[in-house]
Amino acid sequence: MDPRLFARSVAIVAEKNMRIYYFKGPVVVFGLLFPLLMFLTFFIGRSLDLVLFFPGFLGMMLFFTSSSVGPLITPWEKRDKTYERLLSLPVVLDSLIVGDVLAGAAFGAGITSIVWVASSALLHLPLRDPVLLAVGIVLGAVTFAALGTLLASPTTDNPSNIMMLSSLVRLPLIFISGIFIPLSQLTGWMWAATSLSPLTYLVDLFHAAFLGDEVHSPWLDSLVLIIVILIFWLCARAIQQRNLIKGI
Amino acid sequence: MDIIEAHHLRKAFGQVLAVDDVSISVAEGEIFGFLGPNGAGKTTTIRMLTGVLSPDAGTVRIRGVDIHKNPLEAKYFMGVIPENGTVYSDLTAEQNILWTGKAYGMDRASCKKRADEILARLGLDGRRHDVVRTFSKGMRQRISIACAIVHSPKVLILDEPTTGLDVYSRRLVIDTVRQMNREGSTVLLTTHNIEEANTLCSNISIINQGKIVATESPEKLKKTFDTSRYIEIAFEQQVGPGIFAVEGVIRAEPWGDKWRVYSGNPDRAVKELVAAAGRANLTIVSIATSNPTLEEAFVQLTAGA
Repeated sequence: MDPRLFARSVAIVAEKNMRIYYFKGPVVVFGLLFPLLMFLTFFIGRSLDLVLFFPGFLGMMLFFTSSSVGPLITPWEKRDKTYERLLSLPVVLDSLIVGDVLAGAAFGAGITSIVWVASSALLHLPLRDPVLLAVGIVLGAVTFAALGTLLASPTTDNPSNIMMLSSLVRLPLIFISGIFIPLSQLTGWMWAATSLSPLTYLVDLFHAAFLGDEVHSPWLDSLVLIIVILIFWLCARAIQQRNLIKGI
Repeated sequence: MDIIEAHHLRKAFGQVLAVDDVSISVAEGEIFGFLGPNGAGKTTTIRMLTGVLSPDAGTVRIRGVDIHKNPLEAKYFMGVIPENGTVYSDLTAEQNILWTGKAYGMDRASCKKRADEILARLGLDGRRHDVVRTFSKGMRQRISIACAIVHSPKVLILDEPTTGLDVYSRRLVIDTVRQMNREGSTVLLTTHNIEEANTLCSNISIINQGKIVATESPEKLKKTFDTSRYIEIAFEQQVGPGIFAVEGVIRAEPWGDKWRVYSGNPDRAVKELVAAAGRANLTIVSIATSNPTLEEAFVQLTAGA
C-alpha cells in the first residue's frame, strides 16, 4: 500500500470527523461537561489539596475528552447512511480507525491543554518536567481515543446504545485509577484493581510531570499506555473487519 | 479492453448464498446495466465491486488493479453512489463536494472549479452554501452524484440512482450519467426501471437468486424472447377465449377491457383475428401489435423470484 495514499486517507477521515462530530451534543455533554461536573462533585466543599489532585483531574479530563468523539462516529455514520459512501472512497478500514483515533486524540489533547494552561495561570501549579507532560498528553489522548473507537466497533446504527456502553465502561475506570485516592495510599485489592486501568498509568505519568511523586517509572507508564493503544487498535480492527465481512 | 472485471464472485451471509459465481466484464466507455428483482444480489455484488464488502471467493479488478488487494489505488479510478447512500447532512453542498474531491487527491483550486461546474449542471448553484440537511431527497441525490463525479472518474458505479426521485431530478441524473459517459467515464448502474436500462445501457446483465441469468445487449435480449410479441385487441361485445383459437396465436389472456394475444407471427395472427371477428359479427374497437419489451425478457428470466 502506498504510504502517501494511506496518509491522505487518514487525513481526510480525521478532517471530516473534526468538522462534523466535535460539536455534536453527546461530545459536548460527555466530553466537556461530564468531567467538569465530576470535578466539582468531588472537590467543592471539601478541603482537598488541588495541587496534589491536579494530575488526577487532568488525567480525568483527558480521559473523558479523548474518549468522547470515537464512540459517536461509526454508529452516527451508519444511522445517516454515510458509512457505505465513506467506505467506497479511497480509504481502507485502517484509515477509518486511525482517522477516528486522531480526531478523538486531537480533541482530547486540545481541550486538556487549554485546561492545563488556564489552571496553571490561575493556580500557579508546579511543573517539574514539561516533556513528560507532553508525552503524557499525547499518549493518554491516543490511548483513550482508541478506547472510544473500540467502543464504537460493535454493530449498531443507534449512537445512544454506544454512548450507554461507553459510560458503562468509562465510569468505573474513574474510580479505580488513583484519581481521587493517590496511588501511593492504595494497598491490597485496591492496588491490584488500579493496576488494571490504563488511566492509572496516565495519572502516574502526570504525577511524575507535575510533582515528581510517581509510583511507577515513567518508562513503565509509557510502555503500558503504548501496549494498551495496540490492544485497543487491534481489537477495534478485528471487530470492524468482522462486521465488514458480515456486511453489517 | 474491460475496465471492470469481476470473476466468480461468491458471497454468503450465514446459510444464505447471496451471490453465487457472478462474473461481469464491462468494456471501457460503455454504460452497463445490472438488473434483478429485489433480493437478487445486486447490491451485494455492487458492494464487492466497490471494495465495500470482501467476497468469499472471486476477484474484482478495476483498470487491472485488484480492488481487494490494492483498494486505495483501485478506488481512485472510481466514483460511487451506493444504494441509499447519502452525503453528510451537517456539511453544505459545496463542503461535501470539496471534501470528496480532496479525498480523491484533487487540489482545492481545481476542485472548486469543478464544483462550480457540477453544481450549475445539476441545478444546485443557488444552494451551494446551504447545509444538506435542508435539502429534499432529489437534491440530496444530486449532491451525491456531484460528489461521485467531482474527480471525473474513469469508472462510475451507481446503485439505483433514480429510485424515489421526482421526474425533474430523475432526468437530471440520467442526463448527468450520459454526459459523464460522453466525457469518458464507463458507467455501471443498477436500476429497477427497465425502460431506463433499455434506453441508457449498451449491455445488461440480469441477476436472479444470486446468479447471472443473462448478459446481452437490450436488443438481443428482447430478440431472445421474440415469442412474447403480442397483440392487444378490444371488442365492442363481450367475447370468450374461443375466438382466439386461430392460426398464429399461442395464447390469449384478458387484459383489463382488452385481450392480450401472444403470437410468434403477429402479422398472420392479426389477419386471422380480423377474419374471425368478421365471421362472428364482432366489432373491433382497437387493435395494436407490440414488440417484445425488455420488461418481458426481465420477467421471464427472473420468473419465480
